Amino acid sequence: MESPERSVKISCHDLWKLFGDNAKEYLTEHNGSVSAQSLKEAGLIGAVCDANFEVFEGEIFIIMGLSGSGKSTLVRCMSRLIEPTAGKVMFENQDLLKASEHELIDIRRHKMGMVFQHFALLPHLTVLHNVAFPLEIQGVDRASREQRAREIIELVGLEGRENYYPRELSGGQQQRVGIARSLAVEPDIWFLDEPFSALDPLIRREMQDEFLRLQNLLHKSIVFITHDFDEAIRLADRIAIMQDGHIIQIGSPEQLVLEPATDYVAEFTREIPRAKIFSAGAIMAPPTGNTLGKVSASTKIEDLAETVVNSKSDVAVVDSDGRTVGQLSRRAVLDVLVGKSTA
Amino acid sequence: MDAATVADGVRGQRRPIPIWLVIWAVALLLTAALYLFQQLWPWAVTYPEAWTVPLRFWVSDFMKWLINSFDLGLFTFKEFTRSIAWLLQWPLDFAGGLLASGFKLAWGEEAEWFIPRLSWLAVTAVVILIGYQSGGIRLALLVGGCFLYLVIFGQWDSAMVTLSSIVIAVPIGVVLGVFIGILGFRSRRAERLIVPILDLMQTVPVFAYLVPVLFLFGFGPVAAMVATIIYATPPMVRCAMLSLKQVPTEIVEFGQMVGCSRRQLLWKIQIPSARPTLMVGVNQVIMLSLNMVIIASMIGAGGLGFDVLSSLKRLRIGEGIEAGVAITVLAIALDRISQGFANRPPSEQRDRPDSFIARYPYTTIALGIVIITSLAGTFIEGLHTFPERLQVTTGTWWNDLVSWININFFDELEAIKTWLLLNVLIPVKRFLLVLPWLAVVGMVGLAGYQLGGWRLALFTGSLALFMAVTGNWEKSMISVYLCGISVIIAALIGIPIGIYSARHERAHRVVQVVVDTLQTLPSFVYLIPVVMLFRVGDFSAMIAVVAYALAPAIRYTDHGIRQIPPSLVEAGKAFGCSRRQMLWKVQLPIALPEIMLGINQVIMMALAMLVITALVGTRDLGQEVYIALTKADTGRGIVAGLCVAFIAMISDRLISAWAQRKKKEFGLA
Ligand SMILES: Nc1ncnc2c1ncn2[C@@H]1O[C@H](COP(=O)(O)OP(=O)(O)O)[C@@H](O)[C@H]1O
Ligand SMILES: [Mg+2]
Repeated sequence: MESPERSVKISCHDLWKLFGDNAKEYLTEHNGSVSAQSLKEAGLIGAVCDANFEVFEGEIFIIMGLSGSGKSTLVRCMSRLIEPTAGKVMFENQDLLKASEHELIDIRRHKMGMVFQHFALLPHLTVLHNVAFPLEIQGVDRASREQRAREIIELVGLEGRENYYPRELSGGQQQRVGIARSLAVEPDIWFLDEPFSALDPLIRREMQDEFLRLQNLLHKSIVFITHDFDEAIRLADRIAIMQDGHIIQIGSPEQLVLEPATDYVAEFTREIPRAKIFSAGAIMAPPTGNTLGKVSASTKIEDLAETVVNSKSDVAVVDSDGRTVGQLSRRAVLDVLVGKSTA
Repeated sequence: MDAATVADGVRGQRRPIPIWLVIWAVALLLTAALYLFQQLWPWAVTYPEAWTVPLRFWVSDFMKWLINSFDLGLFTFKEFTRSIAWLLQWPLDFAGGLLASGFKLAWGEEAEWFIPRLSWLAVTAVVILIGYQSGGIRLALLVGGCFLYLVIFGQWDSAMVTLSSIVIAVPIGVVLGVFIGILGFRSRRAERLIVPILDLMQTVPVFAYLVPVLFLFGFGPVAAMVATIIYATPPMVRCAMLSLKQVPTEIVEFGQMVGCSRRQLLWKIQIPSARPTLMVGVNQVIMLSLNMVIIASMIGAGGLGFDVLSSLKRLRIGEGIEAGVAITVLAIALDRISQGFANRPPSEQRDRPDSFIARYPYTTIALGIVIITSLAGTFIEGLHTFPERLQVTTGTWWNDLVSWININFFDELEAIKTWLLLNVLIPVKRFLLVLPWLAVVGMVGLAGYQLGGWRLALFTGSLALFMAVTGNWEKSMISVYLCGISVIIAALIGIPIGIYSARHERAHRVVQVVVDTLQTLPSFVYLIPVVMLFRVGDFSAMIAVVAYALAPAIRYTDHGIRQIPPSLVEAGKAFGCSRRQMLWKVQLPIALPEIMLGINQVIMMALAMLVITALVGTRDLGQEVYIALTKADTGRGIVAGLCVAFIAMISDRLISAWAQRKKKEFGLA
């Protein structure tokens, strides 16, 4: 759960995007109270309706929803690839929608990175030059941008492939290039629009691990889009669920499972094994008795079950600084595994 | 009452077919009535001369005004055309000097220095190198063979004149096309202006704009090049617009996200991503430029085109064929090289070595070859100019062949020609000429209404009306007759071949090669053998048109049958269709829309060729344009050219509307 002192990286306030003619006039006329019915009658598509949320420094904020629910439009409004119809996007205390073209170009060059569903690599450039491209646009000289590109290529595990063309790489490798490229400028905010949706399930899983590994190193502020709830709970600090342009709930994976705001949200969470969602911290008891061994509070039950169940005694739960914050009994873990516990 | 008013009566009942049957029957009856009682309304049968709108004179006057008194403020229109001519002149002179004539440098009064042109050895070697870079050893051998042909058969001098204008015209056409395409891509308003102009330019026969070009730029290589560029650029514009639109949104968004400016976005993201389709456009520009070679020689281009044209005029068949083949050979070489570059995956230097030689190996080798051969050429004459005694000529052989055929088969050929003339060509021509113009205009409108509603009816009807109103009705009908018969014959030959090749893999491969070659031949080349065998007249024109326009009939039929989903064919098999039933009940009906699009192409090509056959003495719109060209009568040429374009547009819109509907019905769209 977010602690209040964390600083906000980017936030949306009453953000709207309606596709169609005279969308702005329509919105001022209706003054924000818009029903699906009246939108339809006006011939408009409500891709993003009244979105309000903030993304904190260093968190992975996931926007989850079915195809057509407006995720891509929302993330594009946040970088102004799409001009929102109304509302505010505050990025580092600046209203993006008021930024001039020049300022916008500057912000995008230095502070934003984006990864695309279909990779969007430039077919005529090698891996090295694809990764160096954003730096080239910034005007960095050849030697330093290529050196930086090589570092990042190594970071995403593609060393040796610098001189390949995108068409010579597998899907997973291409997306690694896409990731490396978006990190080349060391962005402050990192947008990923369904980065793994075009990949095979096995590769997808591998890429998710890779993504978490990178985030542990880099601590970026991330807006990550997916239509896959499994992916969302695996990666998210917080999830926003979108339906027909509306954000219907925002919360941590545990919150969504425990207190789904609507049946729609509950429907998503129903099939998800609890052990994948709950972390040790969510079901631990206060630190009272004897313990043997320790696990981190953020570890998911799924991953610590074997340790705890096989342990002869309770296991200590420690926070990221290594302080003991609670303990976990075999019983509690088993309850989660068989689906009895609601924690 | 004319046929168009009939359509009024049945408004709202468009779908059911029997009603249309009735309507058409009524329309035909009305036509017959118009004809039978023509004393009552003679004006409805033959368009009265007094009603003719003197459009051609208006156009001529306008052009005169443009040239003589139009002032653009800073400079006059005449100065404007002059400066364009000057701008084009010097690269043309340079390329001509390099490849064809050499340079004469004059220092002061007496000192003169002559730099010879590149030797045949140097040019051939460089071309082989380019071929190798574009498509490997096989292509290198092919283009090497092509250029050696030019050397050995004594076509080198003319070929280099032609090549020098091509190497200047093509880059200009490409750059111009890309820029106009960018304009159309960036602004919707520009696009709405550009697209109809392109449509018109691609249907107006070339001859028609030779006249104004001649008028504005005078006779000579520059005028010829201007005409070539005008002719060859439209497909590049189309390709540029299309390819830029096709760049995936995500790639463009990526460009925006890394903070590209508008210019960076265009040149670093959109243009490179659009490369494959752009290269198709480049290939088109090359092929169309070569297609123009002969036509351009009518307004002053020298080289191979001039050779063909002059030998055609003097009926020196052998020489004409040799020069015609040389154009074809040049076309094949340039076509394959550009296709090679188009299909080659993009590559940059993977590692950038520091030395020039390692970085640009091909350029280095080419420079080396040029220097060495040039030096060698100054010592050994034969390396510079291919010795005449080693040249081979096939001219006499061709002449002998023609005389032999004419001596031995004269009666047979004459019999075929006479029979077709008497039984097909002349009756059809007479029939079309007696049709009342009002009825034809009405029926064209009616067809438009049936296939595409009021807008199409208005469009086709008024285009047809234009021909009557400008006083070109009779000539238009002769064009329709020649074109119509040629198209029917081309379809009768082409469709069966297409069907056969669709169903037999081996035949398919042979047909592909033949059709590809047919389509690289410049249109004029078809005239040569025809004139040899049948001399001048409608019949020769028809044969040439059929030969020229055959390819799309074959290609589209073949493709139409091949693209039928295999599941449909399997379903047919499951029902126990025999091969013949399969063809008639399954394959042909489904392929019909595609075949009709092929016929549409046949019509377009036939009309283009028709204008060229004016050289062999037809009496149609083509002749009108040709006469206008020889008399430099701008208005006459443009108006007659527009009539040809309008015939093309009418048939194009009607057939496309029909095919679109059918395809939708079959769910293939
Ligand atoms: N350029 C556009 N014009 C009109 N409608 C659009 C446009 N882009 C997206 N939409 C519509 O907006 C809705 C949301 O689309 P999108 O943001 O792409 O959804 P998602 O990314 O969640 O699949 C969809 O109904 C889509 O059809
Ligand atoms: Mg999307």
